[in-house]
Amino acid sequence: MLETALKGTKRYWGLLAAFAVVMGIGFLIYLKQFDFGLGITGMSRDVSWGFYIAQFTFLVGVAAGGVMVVIPYYLHDYKKFGKITILGEFLAIAAIVMCLLFIVIDLGQPMRILNVWLHPSPGSVLFWDTIVLNGYLFLNLLVGWIVLQSERNAVPPPKWIKPFIYLSIPFAFGIHTVTAYLYCGLPGRHFWMTAILAPRFLASAFAAGPSFLILLCFIVRKYTKFDPGKDAIQALSKIVTYAIIANVFFLVCEVFVAMYSGIPSHMDHIKYLYVGLHGHGALVPWMWASVILMLLAIILLVNPVTRRNESVLMAACIFVFAGTWIDKGLGMISGGFVPSPLHHVNEYIPSVLEVVLSLSVWAAGFFVLTILFKMAVSIKEEVNA
Amino acid sequence: MENSRRKFLKVAGASALGMGMAGTAVRAIASGSGNKPKTMKNDNALTAKHWGMVIDTRKFKSHKDVQKLIDVCHKIHNVPDFEYLGEHKQQMHEIKWMWEEEYKHAFTDLNYKYVNKRVEHLPFLVLCNHCENPPCVKACPTKATFKRDDGIVSMDFHRCIGCRFCMAACPYGSRSFNFRDPRAALNLKEETVSGFPTRMKGVVEKCNFCAERLAIGKKPACVEASNGAIAFGDLEDPESDVRKLLESNYTIRRKQGMGTEPSVYYIV
Repeated sequence: MLETALKGTKRYWGLLAAFAVVMGIGFLIYLKQFDFGLGITGMSRDVSWGFYIAQFTFLVGVAAGGVMVVIPYYLHDYKKFGKITILGEFLAIAAIVMCLLFIVIDLGQPMRILNVWLHPSPGSVLFWDTIVLNGYLFLNLLVGWIVLQSERNAVPPPKWIKPFIYLSIPFAFGIHTVTAYLYCGLPGRHFWMTAILAPRFLASAFAAGPSFLILLCFIVRKYTKFDPGKDAIQALSKIVTYAIIANVFFLVCEVFVAMYSGIPSHMDHIKYLYVGLHGHGALVPWMWASVILMLLAIILLVNPVTRRNESVLMAACIFVFAGTWIDKGLGMISGGFVPSPLHHVNEYIPSVLEVVLSLSVWAAGFFVLTILFKMAVSIKEEVNA
Repeated sequence: MENSRRKFLKVAGASALGMGMAGTAVRAIASGSGNKPKTMKNDNALTAKHWGMVIDTRKFKSHKDVQKLIDVCHKIHNVPDFEYLGEHKQQMHEIKWMWEEEYKHAFTDLNYKYVNKRVEHLPFLVLCNHCENPPCVKACPTKATFKRDDGIVSMDFHRCIGCRFCMAACPYGSRSFNFRDPRAALNLKEETVSGFPTRMKGVVEKCNFCAERLAIGKKPACVEASNGAIAFGDLEDPESDVRKLLESNYTIRRKQGMGTEPSVYYIV
């Protein structure tokens, strides 16, 4: 099936070339970081995780979001998702590739990465995160490949693949739950120490993932002969609606508990993010932008008239994606580190090199995504022809 | 005929190779169980069931008193000084095993408006608490950070992958990450001390209760230099200095409510 990715239009190759150029720039920056150390980033002794880990956290959500097409199709026999499950699975693969890259570029000693498996430490959540992430990657590769191949050969998928499909569902929930457990089990980090961190992560995941998938469906419909179907897109948009409402609801719960209890160590992080703390508030405009984007999206999505209008839906999906990205890819990690456990306020601002390297990892993800989508779409066009 | 002979040779070669490898594996397993590498102990080594520290803050009057101990610690452990980078970068990339904090930062949960003025401005020495339940050890995905039988929370700088999970896990900010090559700063001042390894970039480090000194019968450097202001001993020995001090004085520990059970106590 890979051969379908080897012949394409000029636009296809141009797109891949553009991503490759950004990846190349990122590679050069990574060489610089490899040589100098993580000191080229904006991270510090007090904010020891930054942009890389935040992107990783957000993208685990995008990957997990793929399950929102798998569940209706395979568990509820919702036929209209049959056409797009492969897109959801391939999006998950590209997102996991980005996650793994972000973990690797965040390591101080990346050459020693296999120590995680040479000296397995079941007490460490990070150990389990590597297991579920790689497991989910493997499951999606296997399921996506086999199902697409069957579709090409006009035969139903083999029976033995079913258990793997069912297994991928708990794995999808697993990757984001375990990722939340990285944070919420740490004493002294009160911003993350909340039992709804994992549910909140899942809610934002099930908003961000499917909203991105809707945008991809629009792109596929516009530029190829494959139409994911109006009904499938509308059904996805309802999933996004529920998920983004749940996400904002969880955020309200967090803010209520911290502010009403009045416990300073819990309030300080929220104050830092939304109003600033001791004169420091680099993230304040961003966090409010996130709130406004998510609220606007809810208004546009809840109302059936606006939701059914595809241009409005497109805008709403962009709002959801941007809003949840700021919430998780920007605020969630540095918000947990400021103030420090010793109540020092040292802010984190990512460096230019750090941002460009992160962008290049995104480019690598889009590179993989383009190839995978090209394969899926070519085969769908071939079958329909 | 020719063909089958070639096949035979191939199979024979592969089996010989396989047997050779199996032999090596068997020998490796045998030597592993037969004569395990032994850890030799120095006859003078100081030992304890649970090392602990009691810092008598009444004996520290000024910044100078604590800075002296910090300098001793950082000197013998080859902790780099990034002063030449300027204040901002120095603060971001700082490595510190032991440092000075104000009361409100050292004891975040015990601070209040009318706290005694002497205590409020006292220079508090803070360091790794060598917790009985160390969150950093739990978080480490490679066992590069581990707790020894004597309670010391130690580190293997060669195993650390630099994921910094331990830094997020530590509620005391006791861990530093080498964001840049620490040897560059040491070479600059030509002040590398032999007796303790320098580190490389990309690994985490922290106070080790001077495990390398205990091993040859010496108390931690800060204890030695403190003129009796810091006591060090076995918390499980009722006759030890630290237990006697804990018996006769009211002491506090940092973030008592976390359940980490620090091994460093403060008399205020």
